[in-house]
Amino acid sequence: MKRKDILDLDDFTPEEISEVLETADAMKEILSRPIKKVPALRGKTVVNLFYEASTRTRISFELAAKNLSADVVNVATSASSVVKGESLVDTIKTLQALGADIIVIRHPQSGAPYLVAQHLEGSVINAGDGWHAHPTQALLDLYTIRENLGTIAGLSIVIVGDILHSRVARSNIWGMTKMGAELTLCGPETLLPVLDRTGSTNAFPEVRVEHNLDKAIEGADVIMALRLQKERQRGGLLPSLREYIQLYQLTKERVARAKPGALVMHPGPMNEGIEIAPEVAHGSQSVIEEQVTNGVAVRMALLHLLSGDGGDKA
Amino acid sequence: MEDILVRGGHIIDVGQNIDFIGDLLIREGKVAEVGAGGLAGAAEKAERGELRWIDASGCIVCPGFIDLHVHLREPGDEDKETIATGTRAAAAGGFTTVACMPNTNPPIDNRSTVEYVLQVAKAQGVVKVLPIAAITKKRGGEELTEVGELVASGVVAFSDDGKSVASSRIMRYALAYSSMFGVPISSHCQDEELTKGGVMNEGIIATRLGLKGMPAAAEEDIVARDIALAQLTDGCLHIAHVSTAGAVDLIRRAKAAGLAVTAEVTPHHLTLTEDWVAGVRRGPHVKAPYDTNTKVNPPLRTAEDVAALIDGLKDGTIDAVATDHAPHTIVDKLCEYDLAEFGISGLETALGCLLTLFHERIIDLRLIVEKLTFGPAQAFNLSCGTLKPGSSADVVIFDPNEEWVVDPSTFQSKGHNTPLAGLTLRGRAKATLVEGRVVFQAKEELAYAHTPSV
Ligand SMILES: [Zn+2]
Repeated sequence: MKRKDILDLDDFTPEEISEVLETADAMKEILSRPIKKVPALRGKTVVNLFYEASTRTRISFELAAKNLSADVVNVATSASSVVKGESLVDTIKTLQALGADIIVIRHPQSGAPYLVAQHLEGSVINAGDGWHAHPTQALLDLYTIRENLGTIAGLSIVIVGDILHSRVARSNIWGMTKMGAELTLCGPETLLPVLDRTGSTNAFPEVRVEHNLDKAIEGADVIMALRLQKERQRGGLLPSLREYIQLYQLTKERVARAKPGALVMHPGPMNEGIEIAPEVAHGSQSVIEEQVTNGVAVRMALLHLLSGDGGDKA
Repeated sequence: MEDILVRGGHIIDVGQNIDFIGDLLIREGKVAEVGAGGLAGAAEKAERGELRWIDASGCIVCPGFIDLHVHLREPGDEDKETIATGTRAAAAGGFTTVACMPNTNPPIDNRSTVEYVLQVAKAQGVVKVLPIAAITKKRGGEELTEVGELVASGVVAFSDDGKSVASSRIMRYALAYSSMFGVPISSHCQDEELTKGGVMNEGIIATRLGLKGMPAAAEEDIVARDIALAQLTDGCLHIAHVSTAGAVDLIRRAKAAGLAVTAEVTPHHLTLTEDWVAGVRRGPHVKAPYDTNTKVNPPLRTAEDVAALIDGLKDGTIDAVATDHAPHTIVDKLCEYDLAEFGISGLETALGCLLTLFHERIIDLRLIVEKLTFGPAQAFNLSCGTLKPGSSADVVIFDPNEEWVVDPSTFQSKGHNTPLAGLTLRGRAKATLVEGRVVFQAKEELAYAHTPSV
C-alpha cells in the first residue's frame, strides 16, 4: 500500500482494502500470542491527537501502536481550545518538530485531517472527523464481516439509524460498496443525508433507501445499528424517542426477518434499549465485541502498512 | 490635467450602443469624444508627441466597471483590507466605482461613519467609493437607520449584508420608508433558521464531505418574501448575490410583474460549483478537499444553478455582476472548514473569471461589459457606467485574451483568499482610468502610455 495518509475510504481501491484485511489477519495472529509484541514500529512515534473524547478508539490505537513497539504519546484537547487558542496547524507543526511520525487524529470538524495532512510530512490517520469519515472503523467492520461470512461481495447490508450525523456510516458506505455489497440505508427521513445527486455525478455511492425497517431488514446478511444521540429529538429531528424506538429499534423480532445467521453490528458505544434491544446486543448473532477486538488488529495493520515496509507482514 | 487619447481599441458602451474599433479622447477628466475615425486632429497631435496617448489595439475599451458589492473592511478590520488597498485592488481589476458594504466595525449606520468612509476614500482611495449604509442600526435587525440623512450624506443603497433582516415587519418598513428616497434595499437573502451552522450548499457533496449544508430553499424563501414585500410597499429591492435557480425564477416573475426588483450575481457563482469544495477543479488543478477558499456565503451551488444564473444574466433577469469581494487574512482561512470565515477576495479575478464564459462561448463579450457597467449603474441609479461625452472619464482598457496565472501574492488586496490560485485565466485589465487619471497600469505595460515630449 503506497499512501501517506488514511483519511477516508473514498479513494481506496478494493485491492487496497483487501491488502489491509489480509495484513490484519497476520496481526490477529500476533494478538493470539502470549506476548503480543513485535518490533515493526520500534523507534517510531505515534501521537494520538484527540480533540474529542473517545476512550475506546484511543485505547484501540494505543494498544495497536504499542503492540508494534512504537512510542505512543496521547494528546487530549477539548474542542473549545481549538477555537480560542492555538490553531490546528500550529499544533501539527509543533508535534512534527517534536518528532511525530504518525498522527492519529480525532476531530469534531469534518475535513480537519485533510488540513493536517497538508502540513505534516509524516502520516495522518483519521480516527473520526465530524460527520465525515471514520475509515478505521469501517475497515474493522469490513474485517469482521469477512471473518464471519467469508466475503463481502454480494452481501445485503442494512445500516439503520442516524445516517445524517454518522461518519461511521459514511465510511462504511464507501468501503462496503467498493467491496461489492448491496447497501440499504434505513432511518427517518430527517436523519438521512441528501442522496439526490442533482448536478453532481459520482460524488457518492449508489445506495438504497428504505424508511421501513421491517422491509429493509428482509433477507439481510448484515444489520448495523447506529448510536442515536438523544439530543436529536430536542433539535426537532424526531417527534419523540418513544416513536424512534417503535420504528427503528433493532429487536429480536426484526432481526428474525433477516437471513438466518445474519450479523448484528454496532460501532459503539451503544444506547441499549434505544437503537438496539439488549437481547439483540448480547445475542448469538451479535458480533459487537468481536468488532472491538478486530479494531486493534486492523489498526495494527494500518500502522504497519503506513510505516513503509508494507510488504513484510510482520 | 493632461488630456489622453486612447487609440485603436474595441470600444464597447452598451448604454450608447457603441461597438466598434475607434478612439476615445479624454479632456480635463471627461470623455470628450468617441469615434471610429480621427477625432479633431487628436491622432495627428499624438503622432507629433503633443498629446499623451495609449495604444489600445487588441484591447476592449469600455466604461470602468462598477461593483455594487464589495467589503472594504474599513473601519474596524484594517488587517483584512483598507479603503486604500481595496480601491487599488478594484483599479487592478478594472473597476472605477465600488459600493462598499456596511458590515464594518463600527457598522456604517450613521452620518459620521459615512463621512469618515468618504473622507478616507477621497484621501487614500484610487477609485470612486459609494457607501452602502445598514438597513438597521448596528445591523441589529430591529431599528431602521436614518435613511433620509444617510441618503443626503451620500449613501447609494441600504443593506444588512452578511445576514437577512429576519423580521418581515422591519423589512417591510425598510422597503416602504426608503422608497421615499428612491434608493434600493440590497437584500442578503438567507433564512437563518435553515442555514444555522451551514458551510456549503446542501446536497450530495455536503453529504460526501460531512459538512452541514445550506439548502437552496433558504435563499428562495427570503427572495420570495422580499419580493412580496416590495410589491406591498412599492419599494425598490435589489437582490444581492443570487445563487440558486429558484431565486432566478422568482426574480424573473417579479420583473415580469413590473416590480422594481433588480439583482446581482458574483463571478464565482457564475463559474464555480459545489464540486470545488470537494477538491474538483478545472483542468489539471485538482486540489485537496475542504479548501477553505471555496467557503462563501451564499455557498457555491450546483451546475444546474450555475446554468440558471447564466440564463438569468442573458435574459436580463440579473442586472449586474458584483464581486462580493470579501478579503480575509490567512489566519481566517488556514483552519478547519467549519471554522473558516466566508468569502473570496474577488476584485482582481472578476474579469478573468467572467471571461472564461466568453472563451467557452457561453456568453458574449458585450454582455459581460454590460453587466459590469451599464447594468449596475441602472440598478443603483448611478450616473457612471457610460462613455457619453461630458461624463467622467472612468475607463478600463482590457485585453480579453492575455493569459495569466492567478498568484494571490501579487494581489493589491490584502485578501489573498481565492480558490482560483494557480489557475490560468484569460483576460486582464491593462489600464484603468478614473476621471481621466491613470489609476492602474499593468506593470509590464509601462511603455503603454506615450507621454508627450513637449
Ligand atoms: Zn451577502
